[in-house]
Amino acid sequence: MKTKQDYIGDIAEIRSMMERTSKFLSLSGWAGVMAGIYAIAAVYLAYTVLGFNPGGITYGTAPANPAPALPQLLTLAIGTLLLAVGTAVFLSHRKSSKRGENLWNSTSRRMVTTMIIPLVTGGVSILILLSYGLVGLAAPLSLIFYGLALYSAGNFTYSAVKWLGGIEITLGLIGLGFISYGLICWTIGFGLLHIVYGIYIYYRFEK
Amino acid sequence: MKLAIDGLYKAFESRVRLGIMSALAVNDTLDFNALKEFLGVTDGNLASHIKALEKEQFIGVNKSFVGKKPNTQYHITAEGKTAFNRHLKALEQLIESQK
Repeated sequence: MKTKQDYIGDIAEIRSMMERTSKFLSLSGWAGVMAGIYAIAAVYLAYTVLGFNPGGITYGTAPANPAPALPQLLTLAIGTLLLAVGTAVFLSHRKSSKRGENLWNSTSRRMVTTMIIPLVTGGVSILILLSYGLVGLAAPLSLIFYGLALYSAGNFTYSAVKWLGGIEITLGLIGLGFISYGLICWTIGFGLLHIVYGIYIYYRFEK
Repeated sequence: MKLAIDGLYKAFESRVRLGIMSALAVNDTLDFNALKEFLGVTDGNLASHIKALEKEQFIGVNKSFVGKKPNTQYHITAEGKTAFNRHLKALEQLIESQK
């Protein structure tokens, strides 16, 4: 004869299995915090060293407002991206090992493939726009496409990611409407929000 | 005899089978390795539980090839879903009645 404890155990097992097999829960909160710090550092470098702060969609020809060196800017952007992704993979790998799971399992695969389409579309669009000299659109559009990717990814991981995506999209649209605030919106979206999100995940699920 | 007296399904008595059903209830399909990883059981153990559930027609199998590798995808059947839901409800009622 099974006891009440056994039944409760059965239900707990069912719930945990449903959650573990449908959601990727090894996403590390610290990865968010680190990504936010990298983003703020990158903006600081772009702004002070490279003089990047587009006031309009394109740069004027006036010598007072020279266009920044695009190759350096791209190197900085891609370097920051790789650093953030690398940190996220490393920290999530550690978290999933602790949970006794593989990082690259059916849930993480699903989450990554969902994100890839909007991210690659956005990335290529931004590169094309940059080649036309439409520098001011880069920051707001990266927020919008990143937000779309997060919003879909939220179906396969913590639902807070959905919220994060929604806020990123909103910030992107504000930045698109007011191009001179584009860089500030970007710093809030990729910097501050990542840090806030990371701390939230850490305290809510990891402590 | 599929049902025990208390409305629970005998087929779901084992935690591994319960786990397989839970995983397939929320995923369209899962392959053998994914199930094995989520449940943390050996090949032989998982295969025998899968066979039992297949025999009850609670889960279905699709065999195909990805390149040269055989790929076996499992899914829950309509019958399996009904049985699983009934089992869940029975569990809840048993817990309620013993309060």
